[in-house]
Amino acid sequence: MSLFNLRLSEVHNRLHHRDLSVAELVEASLARIGETDGDIGAFLTLDEAGARAQAKALDDAAGPERGLLFGLPAGIKDNIVTEGLRTTCASQFLSNYDPIYDATVVQKLKDAQSVTVGKLNMDEFAMGGSNENSSFHVTRNPWDKDRVPGGSSGGSAASVAAGQVYFSLGSDTGGSIRQPAAYCGIVGLKPTYGLVSRYGLVAFASSLDQIGPLTKNVEDAAYVLQAIAGHDPRDTTSANVSIPDYASALTGDAKGLKIGVPKEYLGEGIDPQVKARVMEALRVFESMGAVWEEISLPHTDYAIATYYLLASSEASSNLARFDGVRYGVRADNPDNLLELYKRSRSEGFGPEVKRRIMLGTYALSSGYYDAYYKKAQQVRTLIKRDFDQAFEKYDLIIGPTAPTTAFRIGEQVGDPLTMYLNDICTIPVSLAGVPAISVPCGLADGLPVGLQIIGKPFDESTVLRAAHAYEGQTEHHQLRPALT
Amino acid sequence: MSITVKDVEHVANLARLTLSEAEKEQFAGQLNAILKYAEKLNGLDTTGIEPTSHVLPLANVMRDDEPRESLPLEKALRNAPDEEDGQFKVPAVLE
Repeated sequence: MSLFNLRLSEVHNRLHHRDLSVAELVEASLARIGETDGDIGAFLTLDEAGARAQAKALDDAAGPERGLLFGLPAGIKDNIVTEGLRTTCASQFLSNYDPIYDATVVQKLKDAQSVTVGKLNMDEFAMGGSNENSSFHVTRNPWDKDRVPGGSSGGSAASVAAGQVYFSLGSDTGGSIRQPAAYCGIVGLKPTYGLVSRYGLVAFASSLDQIGPLTKNVEDAAYVLQAIAGHDPRDTTSANVSIPDYASALTGDAKGLKIGVPKEYLGEGIDPQVKARVMEALRVFESMGAVWEEISLPHTDYAIATYYLLASSEASSNLARFDGVRYGVRADNPDNLLELYKRSRSEGFGPEVKRRIMLGTYALSSGYYDAYYKKAQQVRTLIKRDFDQAFEKYDLIIGPTAPTTAFRIGEQVGDPLTMYLNDICTIPVSLAGVPAISVPCGLADGLPVGLQIIGKPFDESTVLRAAHAYEGQTEHHQLRPALT
Repeated sequence: MSITVKDVEHVANLARLTLSEAEKEQFAGQLNAILKYAEKLNGLDTTGIEPTSHVLPLANVMRDDEPRESLPLEKALRNAPDEEDGQFKVPAVLE
Protein backbone atom coordinates (compact mmCIF):
# COMPACT_ATOMS: atom_id res chain seq x y z
CA MET A 1 0.00 0.00 0.00
CA SER A 2 2.06 2.87 -1.29
CA LEU A 3 -0.09 5.62 0.29
CA PHE A 4 0.61 4.25 3.75
CA ASN A 5 4.35 4.20 3.15
CA LEU A 6 4.28 7.98 2.82
CA ARG A 7 5.38 9.97 5.83
CA LEU A 8 2.69 11.84 7.69
CA SER A 9 4.04 15.20 6.54
CA GLU A 10 3.91 14.04 2.91
CA VAL A 11 0.34 12.79 3.26
CA HIS A 12 -0.67 16.11 4.76
CA ASN A 13 1.13 18.02 2.04
CA ARG A 14 -0.77 16.10 -0.64
CA LEU A 15 -4.06 16.54 1.19
CA HIS A 16 -3.36 20.24 1.49
CA HIS A 17 -2.69 20.59 -2.23
CA ARG A 18 -5.75 18.49 -3.04
CA ASP A 19 -3.61 15.85 -4.76
CA LEU A 20 -5.26 13.44 -2.37
CA SER A 21 -8.56 13.31 -0.52
CA VAL A 22 -9.45 11.74 2.80
CA ALA A 23 -11.96 9.63 0.90
CA GLU A 24 -9.14 8.20 -1.22
CA LEU A 25 -7.12 7.38 1.88
CA VAL A 26 -10.08 5.65 3.50
CA GLU A 27 -10.95 3.73 0.31
CA ALA A 28 -7.32 2.59 0.09
CA SER A 29 -7.51 1.37 3.68
CA LEU A 30 -10.80 -0.48 3.14
CA ALA A 31 -9.53 -2.01 -0.11
CA ARG A 32 -6.36 -3.24 1.56
CA ILE A 33 -8.35 -4.70 4.43
CA GLY A 34 -10.59 -6.42 1.87
CA GLU A 35 -7.57 -7.89 0.07
CA THR A 36 -5.60 -9.03 3.08
CA ASP A 37 -7.73 -9.48 6.17
CA GLY A 38 -9.17 -12.83 5.14
CA ASP A 39 -5.64 -14.16 5.72
CA ILE A 40 -4.51 -11.87 8.54
CA GLY A 41 -7.65 -11.56 10.67
CA ALA A 42 -6.64 -8.27 12.29
CA PHE A 43 -10.15 -6.84 12.54
CA LEU A 44 -13.06 -7.88 14.73
CA THR A 45 -15.43 -5.13 13.59
CA LEU A 46 -15.20 -2.98 10.47
CA ASP A 47 -17.07 0.30 10.23
CA GLU A 48 -17.01 0.97 6.50
CA ALA A 49 -20.05 3.23 6.47
CA GLY A 50 -18.84 5.20 9.47
CA ALA A 51 -15.36 5.59 8.00
CA ARG A 52 -16.74 6.81 4.67
CA ALA A 53 -19.01 9.29 6.45
CA GLN A 54 -16.09 10.60 8.52
CA ALA A 55 -14.00 10.94 5.36
CA LYS A 56 -16.71 12.87 3.57
CA ALA A 57 -17.20 15.19 6.52
CA LEU A 58 -13.46 15.91 6.66
CA ASP A 59 -13.18 16.46 2.90
CA ASP A 60 -16.22 18.74 2.87
CA ALA A 61 -15.29 20.79 5.90
CA ALA A 62 -11.56 21.00 5.37
CA GLY A 63 -10.47 24.53 6.05
CA PRO A 64 -7.01 25.82 6.84
CA GLU A 65 -7.25 24.60 10.45
CA ARG A 66 -6.52 20.89 10.40
CA GLY A 67 -6.13 18.35 13.14
CA LEU A 68 -2.77 16.80 13.87
CA LEU A 69 -3.81 13.44 12.41
CA PHE A 70 -6.14 14.82 9.76
CA GLY A 71 -7.54 12.18 7.44
CA LEU A 72 -5.41 9.26 8.60
CA PRO A 73 -7.21 5.87 8.67
CA ALA A 74 -6.77 4.28 12.09
CA GLY A 75 -7.66 1.04 13.85
CA ILE A 76 -8.49 0.83 17.54
CA LYS A 77 -7.80 -2.12 19.82
CA ASP A 78 -11.09 -3.65 20.84
CA ASN A 79 -10.70 -2.96 24.56
CA ILE A 80 -11.02 0.80 23.97
CA VAL A 81 -14.67 1.83 23.90
CA THR A 82 -16.11 3.56 20.85
CA GLU A 83 -19.63 4.97 21.14
CA GLY A 84 -22.02 3.09 18.90
CA LEU A 85 -19.27 0.80 17.57
CA ARG A 86 -19.25 -2.70 19.04
CA THR A 87 -16.46 -3.25 21.57
CA THR A 88 -15.83 -6.85 22.62
CA CYS A 89 -12.41 -7.17 24.27
CA ALA A 90 -12.31 -10.28 22.01
CA SER A 91 -14.57 -11.94 24.60
CA GLN A 92 -17.81 -13.83 24.06
CA PHE A 93 -19.03 -12.12 27.21
CA LEU A 94 -19.05 -8.75 25.42
CA SER A 95 -19.87 -10.04 21.93
CA ASN A 96 -22.94 -7.77 21.80
CA TYR A 97 -21.59 -4.78 23.75
CA ASP A 98 -22.57 -1.40 22.27
CA PRO A 99 -20.63 1.32 24.15
CA ILE A 100 -22.54 4.36 25.37
CA TYR A 101 -19.54 6.70 25.32
CA ASP A 102 -16.15 7.26 23.69
CA ALA A 103 -12.91 6.61 25.53
CA THR A 104 -10.94 9.81 26.08
CA VAL A 105 -8.33 8.69 23.55
CA VAL A 106 -11.08 8.09 20.97
CA GLN A 107 -12.44 11.59 21.56
CA LYS A 108 -8.89 12.93 21.23
CA LEU A 109 -8.45 11.12 17.90
CA LYS A 110 -11.70 12.70 16.75
CA ASP A 111 -10.33 16.09 17.79
CA ALA A 112 -7.15 15.32 15.83
CA GLN A 113 -9.39 14.32 12.86
CA SER A 114 -8.15 10.82 12.14
CA VAL A 115 -10.68 8.33 10.74
CA THR A 116 -11.53 5.18 12.70
CA VAL A 117 -12.08 2.29 10.28
CA GLY A 118 -12.68 -0.46 12.82
CA LYS A 119 -11.80 -2.43 15.93
CA LEU A 120 -8.82 -4.72 16.18
CA ASN A 121 -8.40 -8.25 17.48
CA MET A 122 -6.53 -9.02 20.71
CA ASP A 123 -6.12 -11.64 23.39
CA GLU A 124 -9.34 -11.80 25.40
CA PHE A 125 -9.36 -8.90 27.90
CA ALA A 126 -5.71 -8.29 26.86
CA MET A 127 -4.56 -11.45 28.63
CA GLY A 128 -1.97 -13.11 26.47
CA GLY A 129 0.98 -12.54 24.21
CA SER A 130 -0.05 -14.22 20.97
CA ASN A 131 -3.66 -13.33 20.07
CA GLU A 132 -4.44 -17.04 20.36
CA ASN A 133 -6.65 -16.15 23.34
CA SER A 134 -9.09 -14.19 21.20
CA SER A 135 -12.46 -15.89 21.51
CA PHE A 136 -13.30 -14.97 17.89
CA HIS A 137 -10.35 -15.91 15.68
CA VAL A 138 -6.57 -16.03 15.61
CA THR A 139 -4.71 -13.11 14.00
CA ARG A 140 -1.79 -14.15 11.79
CA ASN A 141 1.59 -12.47 11.48
CA PRO A 142 1.89 -10.72 8.09
CA TRP A 143 5.54 -11.84 7.87
CA ASP A 144 4.64 -15.53 8.21
CA LYS A 145 1.03 -16.56 8.42
CA ASP A 146 1.88 -19.68 10.41
CA ARG A 147 3.16 -17.49 13.22
CA VAL A 148 1.53 -15.35 15.88
CA PRO A 149 1.53 -11.55 15.58
CA GLY A 150 2.26 -11.30 19.31
CA GLY A 151 -0.12 -9.88 21.80
CA SER A 152 -2.15 -8.77 23.35
CA SER A 153 -2.37 -5.92 20.79
CA GLY A 154 -1.76 -8.43 17.96
CA GLY A 155 -4.47 -7.07 15.67
CA SER A 156 -3.17 -3.53 16.18
CA ALA A 157 0.35 -4.58 15.14
CA ALA A 158 -0.64 -6.87 12.26
CA SER A 159 -2.95 -4.26 10.80
CA VAL A 160 -0.23 -1.60 10.62
CA ALA A 161 2.36 -4.11 9.34
CA ALA A 162 -0.01 -5.26 6.60
CA GLY A 163 -0.63 -1.67 5.47
CA GLN A 164 -4.33 -1.82 6.30
CA VAL A 165 -4.35 1.35 8.41
CA TYR A 166 -1.99 4.26 8.82
CA PHE A 167 -1.67 3.76 12.56
CA SER A 168 -3.41 1.98 15.40
CA LEU A 169 -3.90 2.24 19.13
CA GLY A 170 -3.06 -0.61 21.46
CA SER A 171 -2.78 -1.09 25.21
CA ASP A 172 0.20 -2.36 27.15
CA THR A 173 0.04 -3.98 30.59
CA GLY A 174 3.17 -6.16 30.54
CA GLY A 175 4.39 -5.68 26.97
CA SER A 176 1.21 -5.81 24.93
CA ILE A 177 2.15 -2.94 22.60
CA ARG A 178 5.91 -3.46 22.41
CA GLN A 179 6.06 -7.24 21.89
CA PRO A 180 3.57 -7.41 18.96
CA ALA A 181 5.26 -4.34 17.42
CA ALA A 182 8.55 -6.26 17.59
CA TYR A 183 7.06 -9.47 16.15
CA CYS A 184 5.42 -7.54 13.29
CA GLY A 185 8.39 -5.28 12.44
CA ILE A 186 6.80 -1.95 13.35
CA VAL A 187 7.12 0.78 16.01
CA GLY A 188 5.17 0.49 19.28
CA LEU A 189 5.31 2.96 22.17
CA LYS A 190 4.21 2.37 25.75
CA PRO A 191 4.06 5.77 27.42
CA THR A 192 4.81 6.45 31.09
CA TYR A 193 2.02 5.19 33.33
CA GLY A 194 -0.44 8.08 33.70
CA LEU A 195 0.56 10.05 30.59
CA VAL A 196 -2.41 8.86 28.51
CA SER A 197 -5.92 8.67 29.97
CA ARG A 198 -7.29 5.19 30.64
CA TYR A 199 -10.90 6.44 30.72
CA GLY A 200 -12.77 4.08 28.43
CA LEU A 201 -10.04 1.44 28.35
CA VAL A 202 -11.60 -1.75 29.71
CA ALA A 203 -9.46 -2.34 32.78
CA PHE A 204 -7.22 -5.41 33.04
CA ALA A 205 -4.58 -4.44 35.64
CA SER A 206 -5.25 -0.83 36.59
CA SER A 207 -1.82 -0.06 38.07
CA LEU A 208 -0.11 -1.14 34.83
CA ASP A 209 -2.45 -0.55 31.87
CA GLN A 210 -1.43 2.18 29.45
CA ILE A 211 -2.62 3.09 25.93
CA GLY A 212 -0.12 3.88 23.18
CA PRO A 213 0.45 4.08 19.41
CA LEU A 214 1.59 1.45 16.90
CA THR A 215 3.03 3.00 13.74
CA LYS A 216 5.45 2.36 10.88
CA ASN A 217 8.00 4.92 11.99
CA VAL A 218 9.03 6.93 15.04
CA GLU A 219 7.84 10.28 13.71
CA ASP A 220 4.29 8.98 13.37
CA ALA A 221 4.46 7.60 16.92
CA ALA A 222 5.44 11.06 18.16
CA TYR A 223 2.46 12.65 16.42
CA VAL A 224 -0.05 10.07 17.64
CA LEU A 225 1.32 10.38 21.18
CA GLN A 226 0.98 14.15 20.93
CA ALA A 227 -2.68 13.71 20.03
CA ILE A 228 -3.59 11.30 22.86
CA ALA A 229 -1.40 12.40 25.81
CA GLY A 230 -2.58 14.70 28.57
CA HIS A 231 -4.32 14.97 31.91
CA ASP A 232 -7.91 13.76 32.13
CA PRO A 233 -10.04 14.51 35.21
CA ARG A 234 -12.07 11.38 34.40
CA ASP A 235 -9.06 9.15 35.09
CA THR A 236 -7.90 9.65 38.67
CA THR A 237 -4.54 8.04 37.87
CA SER A 238 -3.97 10.45 35.01
CA ALA A 239 -0.83 12.50 35.65
CA ASN A 240 -1.13 16.27 35.68
CA VAL A 241 2.05 17.04 33.75
CA SER A 242 2.67 19.46 30.91
CA ILE A 243 2.96 17.81 27.52
CA PRO A 244 6.03 18.79 25.48
CA ASP A 245 6.15 19.10 21.70
CA TYR A 246 7.34 15.58 20.90
CA ALA A 247 8.13 16.25 17.23
CA SER A 248 10.65 18.91 18.22
CA ALA A 249 12.65 16.17 19.97
CA LEU A 250 13.22 14.43 16.63
CA THR A 251 16.54 16.05 15.85
CA GLY A 252 18.31 13.05 14.34
CA ASP A 253 21.01 13.49 16.95
CA ALA A 254 22.01 10.93 19.57
CA LYS A 255 25.38 12.43 20.44
CA GLY A 256 26.26 12.32 24.12
CA LEU A 257 23.40 10.04 25.16
CA LYS A 258 24.40 7.70 27.98
CA ILE A 259 22.93 4.25 27.57
CA GLY A 260 22.82 1.36 30.03
CA VAL A 261 22.48 -2.15 28.64
CA PRO A 262 21.18 -4.62 31.25
CA LYS A 263 23.10 -7.88 31.18
CA GLU A 264 19.91 -9.61 32.38
CA TYR A 265 18.20 -8.75 29.05
CA LEU A 266 20.92 -10.40 26.97
CA GLY A 267 21.56 -13.52 29.03
CA GLU A 268 20.15 -17.01 29.10
CA GLY A 269 17.00 -17.54 27.05
CA ILE A 270 17.73 -14.76 24.57
CA ASP A 271 17.98 -16.01 21.00
CA PRO A 272 21.58 -15.49 19.73
CA GLN A 273 20.34 -13.78 16.58
CA VAL A 274 18.19 -11.40 18.62
CA LYS A 275 21.22 -10.58 20.72
CA ALA A 276 23.29 -10.04 17.56
CA ARG A 277 20.75 -7.53 16.17
CA VAL A 278 20.75 -5.63 19.49
CA MET A 279 24.57 -5.49 19.53
CA GLU A 280 24.54 -4.17 15.95
CA ALA A 281 22.08 -1.47 17.03
CA LEU A 282 24.37 -0.48 19.90
CA ARG A 283 27.20 -0.03 17.41
CA VAL A 284 24.95 2.32 15.43
CA PHE A 285 24.41 4.36 18.60
CA GLU A 286 28.19 4.37 19.14
CA SER A 287 28.73 5.66 15.62
CA MET A 288 26.37 8.54 16.40
CA GLY A 289 28.38 9.56 19.45
CA ALA A 290 26.29 7.91 22.13
CA VAL A 291 28.05 5.86 24.80
CA TRP A 292 26.83 2.61 26.31
CA GLU A 293 27.97 0.18 28.93
CA GLU A 294 26.70 -2.96 30.53
CA ILE A 295 24.64 -2.50 33.69
CA SER A 296 22.67 -4.74 36.01
CA LEU A 297 18.99 -4.57 36.94
CA PRO A 298 19.42 -7.19 39.66
CA HIS A 299 15.74 -7.92 40.38
CA THR A 300 14.84 -8.72 36.77
CA ASP A 301 14.59 -12.43 37.53
CA TYR A 302 11.72 -11.74 39.97
CA ALA A 303 9.68 -9.58 37.60
CA ILE A 304 7.54 -12.24 35.94
CA ALA A 305 6.38 -13.81 39.18
CA THR A 306 5.69 -10.34 40.58
CA TYR A 307 3.76 -9.34 37.50
CA TYR A 308 1.56 -12.41 37.28
CA LEU A 309 0.58 -12.11 40.94
CA LEU A 310 -0.17 -8.38 40.76
CA ALA A 311 -1.78 -8.28 37.32
CA SER A 312 -3.94 -11.34 38.02
CA SER A 313 -5.02 -9.95 41.39
CA GLU A 314 -6.03 -6.66 39.83
CA ALA A 315 -7.74 -8.49 36.99
CA SER A 316 -9.77 -10.69 39.33
CA SER A 317 -11.08 -7.54 40.98
CA ASN A 318 -11.65 -5.58 37.75
CA LEU A 319 -13.44 -8.44 36.02
CA ALA A 320 -15.91 -8.81 38.91
CA ARG A 321 -18.01 -6.20 37.08
CA PHE A 322 -18.85 -8.71 34.37
CA ASP A 323 -21.81 -10.24 36.17
CA GLY A 324 -24.43 -10.48 33.43
CA VAL A 325 -26.72 -7.87 35.02
CA ARG A 326 -26.03 -4.54 33.31
CA TYR A 327 -24.33 -5.54 30.05
CA GLY A 328 -22.79 -8.50 28.31
CA VAL A 329 -24.23 -11.90 27.51
CA ARG A 330 -26.41 -13.39 30.24
CA ALA A 331 -26.76 -17.16 30.60
CA ASP A 332 -30.16 -18.56 29.61
CA ASN A 333 -32.76 -19.21 32.29
CA PRO A 334 -30.77 -19.01 35.52
CA ASP A 335 -32.65 -20.34 38.57
CA ASN A 336 -31.42 -17.60 40.87
CA LEU A 337 -29.09 -14.61 41.04
CA LEU A 338 -26.01 -16.55 42.12
CA GLU A 339 -26.46 -18.94 39.24
CA LEU A 340 -26.92 -15.99 36.89
CA TYR A 341 -23.51 -14.64 37.92
CA LYS A 342 -21.71 -17.95 37.84
CA ARG A 343 -23.11 -19.29 34.59
CA SER A 344 -22.85 -15.97 32.72
CA ARG A 345 -19.19 -15.65 33.71
CA SER A 346 -18.31 -19.30 33.12
CA GLU A 347 -19.95 -19.35 29.70
CA GLY A 348 -18.63 -15.91 28.72
CA PHE A 349 -14.94 -16.10 29.71
CA GLY A 350 -12.28 -18.16 27.93
CA PRO A 351 -9.68 -20.39 29.64
CA GLU A 352 -6.85 -17.85 30.06
CA VAL A 353 -9.20 -15.28 31.58
CA LYS A 354 -10.59 -17.88 34.01
CA ARG A 355 -7.05 -18.98 34.88
CA ARG A 356 -5.99 -15.44 35.76
CA ILE A 357 -9.18 -14.72 37.70
CA MET A 358 -8.55 -17.92 39.67
CA LEU A 359 -4.89 -17.03 40.31
CA GLY A 360 -5.77 -13.48 41.35
CA THR A 361 -8.67 -14.54 43.56
CA TYR A 362 -6.43 -17.06 45.27
CA ALA A 363 -3.63 -14.52 45.79
CA LEU A 364 -6.08 -12.05 47.34
CA SER A 365 -8.01 -14.57 49.40
CA SER A 366 -7.97 -14.72 53.17
CA GLY A 367 -4.72 -16.14 54.50
CA TYR A 368 -2.71 -15.68 51.29
CA TYR A 369 -2.82 -11.91 50.80
CA ASP A 370 0.43 -11.17 52.66
CA ALA A 371 2.29 -14.14 51.19
CA TYR A 372 1.46 -13.35 47.58
CA TYR A 373 -0.08 -9.96 46.87
CA LYS A 374 1.73 -7.86 49.46
CA LYS A 375 5.02 -9.67 48.85
CA ALA A 376 4.72 -8.98 45.13
CA GLN A 377 4.04 -5.30 45.79
CA GLN A 378 7.19 -5.12 47.90
CA VAL A 379 9.26 -6.79 45.18
CA ARG A 380 7.76 -4.30 42.75
CA THR A 381 9.36 -1.57 44.85
CA LEU A 382 12.76 -3.29 44.47
CA ILE A 383 12.29 -3.62 40.71
CA LYS A 384 11.36 0.05 40.44
CA ARG A 385 14.46 0.98 42.47
CA ASP A 386 16.64 -0.89 39.95
CA PHE A 387 15.39 1.53 37.29
CA ASP A 388 15.61 4.61 39.54
CA GLN A 389 19.24 3.81 40.26
CA ALA A 390 20.12 3.13 36.62
CA PHE A 391 18.52 6.40 35.55
CA GLU A 392 20.67 8.35 37.99
CA LYS A 393 23.57 7.54 35.70
CA TYR A 394 22.06 6.84 32.28
CA ASP A 395 19.62 8.64 29.98
CA LEU A 396 18.26 5.45 28.45
CA ILE A 397 18.25 1.70 28.93
CA ILE A 398 18.40 -0.42 25.78
CA GLY A 399 17.88 -4.11 25.13
CA PRO A 400 15.72 -6.47 23.10
CA THR A 401 11.93 -6.16 23.23
CA ALA A 402 11.40 -9.92 23.26
CA PRO A 403 13.80 -12.85 23.70
CA THR A 404 12.85 -14.43 20.37
CA THR A 405 11.09 -13.64 17.12
CA ALA A 406 7.42 -14.58 16.58
CA PHE A 407 6.68 -18.20 17.46
CA ARG A 408 4.41 -20.60 15.60
CA ILE A 409 0.68 -20.60 16.19
CA GLY A 410 -0.15 -23.38 18.66
CA GLU A 411 3.45 -23.87 19.75
CA GLN A 412 3.01 -22.67 23.36
CA VAL A 413 -0.73 -22.93 23.95
CA GLY A 414 -0.67 -25.78 26.44
CA ASP A 415 1.96 -24.25 28.68
CA PRO A 416 0.97 -20.91 30.23
CA LEU A 417 4.18 -20.53 32.22
CA THR A 418 6.43 -20.76 29.14
CA MET A 419 4.16 -18.27 27.41
CA TYR A 420 4.57 -15.89 30.36
CA LEU A 421 8.38 -16.10 30.13
CA ASN A 422 8.26 -14.41 26.70
CA ASP A 423 7.63 -11.15 28.55
CA ILE A 424 10.90 -11.04 30.53
CA CYS A 425 12.22 -7.89 28.80
CA THR A 426 8.97 -5.89 28.84
CA ILE A 427 7.40 -6.72 32.22
CA PRO A 428 10.04 -5.06 34.46
CA VAL A 429 9.52 -1.82 32.50
CA SER A 430 5.76 -2.01 33.08
CA LEU A 431 6.22 -2.63 36.80
CA ALA A 432 8.47 0.44 37.01
CA GLY A 433 5.91 2.47 35.04
CA VAL A 434 8.52 4.01 32.75
CA PRO A 435 8.15 4.66 28.99
CA ALA A 436 9.59 2.37 26.32
CA ILE A 437 9.47 2.05 22.57
CA SER A 438 10.09 -0.95 20.33
CA VAL A 439 11.66 -0.17 16.96
CA PRO A 440 12.62 -2.61 14.19
CA CYS A 441 16.33 -3.53 14.31
CA GLY A 442 16.59 -6.07 11.52
CA LEU A 443 15.59 -9.65 10.80
CA ALA A 444 16.47 -13.06 12.18
CA ASP A 445 15.71 -15.88 9.72
CA GLY A 446 13.39 -13.54 7.87
CA LEU A 447 11.42 -12.47 10.95
CA PRO A 448 11.53 -9.00 12.55
CA VAL A 449 13.47 -8.27 15.74
CA GLY A 450 12.54 -5.38 18.04
CA LEU A 451 14.93 -3.06 19.87
CA GLN A 452 13.55 -1.72 23.15
CA ILE A 453 14.54 1.80 24.21
CA ILE A 454 13.50 2.61 27.78
CA GLY A 455 13.44 6.08 29.31
CA LYS A 456 12.93 8.01 32.53
CA PRO A 457 9.39 8.71 33.73
CA PHE A 458 7.67 11.26 31.45
CA ASP A 459 10.81 11.56 29.31
CA GLU A 460 9.20 10.25 26.12
CA SER A 461 11.07 13.01 24.27
CA THR A 462 14.47 11.39 24.84
CA VAL A 463 13.09 7.94 24.01
CA LEU A 464 11.66 9.28 20.74
CA ARG A 465 14.80 11.26 19.97
CA ALA A 466 17.04 8.19 20.31
CA ALA A 467 14.62 5.94 18.40
CA HIS A 468 14.30 8.48 15.60
CA ALA A 469 18.06 9.03 15.35
CA TYR A 470 18.62 5.25 15.17
CA GLU A 471 15.92 4.88 12.56
CA GLY A 472 17.57 7.60 10.48
CA GLN A 473 20.81 5.56 10.32
CA THR A 474 19.11 2.29 9.33
CA GLU A 475 16.56 0.98 6.88
CA HIS A 476 14.99 -1.72 9.04
CA HIS A 477 11.75 0.24 9.46
CA GLN A 478 11.26 0.31 5.71
CA LEU A 479 11.13 -3.48 5.40
CA ARG A 480 7.64 -4.75 4.64
CA PRO A 481 6.25 -8.28 4.68
CA ALA A 482 5.73 -9.79 1.24
CA LEU A 483 1.96 -10.05 1.42
CA THR A 484 0.20 -11.15 -1.69
CA MET B 1 1.85 -25.80 49.78
CA SER B 2 -0.16 -27.46 47.07
CA ILE B 3 -3.54 -26.52 45.63
CA THR B 4 -6.09 -29.31 45.66
CA VAL B 5 -9.26 -29.68 43.63
CA LYS B 6 -11.11 -28.72 46.80
CA ASP B 7 -9.13 -25.44 46.97
CA VAL B 8 -9.95 -24.81 43.33
CA GLU B 9 -13.65 -25.28 44.08
CA HIS B 10 -13.43 -22.81 46.97
CA VAL B 11 -11.63 -20.15 44.90
CA ALA B 12 -13.99 -20.68 41.95
CA ASN B 13 -16.92 -20.00 44.25
CA LEU B 14 -15.27 -16.79 45.51
CA ALA B 15 -14.70 -15.77 41.88
CA ARG B 16 -18.28 -16.67 40.93
CA LEU B 17 -17.18 -19.26 38.39
CA THR B 18 -18.56 -22.74 37.77
CA LEU B 19 -15.90 -25.13 36.55
CA SER B 20 -16.23 -28.53 34.95
CA GLU B 21 -14.43 -31.48 36.57
CA ALA B 22 -11.84 -31.35 33.79
CA GLU B 23 -11.28 -27.62 34.33
CA LYS B 24 -10.83 -28.15 38.08
CA GLU B 25 -8.12 -30.75 37.48
CA GLN B 26 -6.43 -28.59 34.86
CA PHE B 27 -6.49 -25.41 36.96
CA ALA B 28 -5.20 -27.24 40.04
CA GLY B 29 -2.17 -28.39 38.04
CA GLN B 30 -1.56 -25.06 36.31
CA LEU B 31 -2.06 -22.93 39.44
CA ASN B 32 0.35 -25.17 41.32
CA ALA B 33 2.96 -24.70 38.60
CA ILE B 34 2.51 -20.92 38.54
CA LEU B 35 2.53 -20.56 42.34
CA LYS B 36 5.56 -22.82 42.61
CA TYR B 37 7.31 -20.50 40.18
CA ALA B 38 6.15 -17.50 42.26
CA GLU B 39 7.76 -18.98 45.36
CA LYS B 40 11.05 -17.60 44.09
CA LEU B 41 9.92 -14.26 45.56
CA ASN B 42 10.38 -15.81 49.01
CA GLY B 43 14.11 -15.84 48.34
CA LEU B 44 14.12 -12.04 48.64
CA ASP B 45 14.20 -10.34 52.01
CA THR B 46 11.56 -7.61 51.85
CA THR B 47 11.58 -6.67 55.52
CA GLY B 48 10.81 -2.99 55.83
CA ILE B 49 10.27 -2.51 52.07
CA GLU B 50 7.20 -0.37 51.32
CA PRO B 51 4.74 -2.02 48.92
CA THR B 52 4.19 -0.24 45.58
CA SER B 53 0.51 -0.23 44.61
CA HIS B 54 1.16 2.02 41.64
CA VAL B 55 4.02 4.21 40.51
CA LEU B 56 2.57 7.71 40.57
CA PRO B 57 2.84 9.89 43.68
CA LEU B 58 -0.94 10.27 43.86
CA ALA B 59 -3.47 9.69 46.62
CA ASN B 60 -7.15 10.44 47.05
CA VAL B 61 -7.85 12.56 44.00
CA MET B 62 -10.93 14.62 44.87
CA ARG B 63 -13.29 16.81 42.91
CA ASP B 64 -15.68 19.43 44.18
CA ASP B 65 -18.87 17.95 45.56
CA GLU B 66 -21.13 19.52 42.98
CA PRO B 67 -23.87 17.70 41.11
CA ARG B 68 -23.09 16.88 37.50
CA GLU B 69 -25.15 15.56 34.67
CA SER B 70 -25.60 11.81 35.00
CA LEU B 71 -26.13 9.08 32.46
CA PRO B 72 -29.56 9.20 30.77
CA LEU B 73 -31.71 6.14 31.59
CA GLU B 74 -31.93 5.12 27.93
CA LYS B 75 -28.15 4.92 27.65
CA ALA B 76 -27.68 3.21 31.00
CA LEU B 77 -30.08 0.46 29.95
CA ARG B 78 -28.92 0.16 26.34
CA ASN B 79 -26.92 -3.00 26.99
CA ALA B 80 -29.13 -4.52 29.68
CA PRO B 81 -29.75 -8.23 29.08
CA ASP B 82 -33.17 -7.79 30.73
CA GLU B 83 -34.98 -4.71 31.98
CA GLU B 84 -38.35 -3.60 33.25
CA ASP B 85 -39.73 -0.18 34.18
CA GLY B 86 -36.36 1.51 33.73
CA GLN B 87 -34.50 -0.96 35.92
CA PHE B 88 -32.14 -3.88 35.42
CA LYS B 89 -34.09 -7.10 35.90
CA VAL B 90 -32.66 -10.20 37.61
CA PRO B 91 -34.21 -13.41 38.98
CA ALA B 92 -35.97 -13.12 42.33
CA VAL B 93 -33.47 -12.74 45.18
CA LEU B 94 -35.96 -13.61 47.95
CA GLU B 95 -38.30 -16.58 47.92
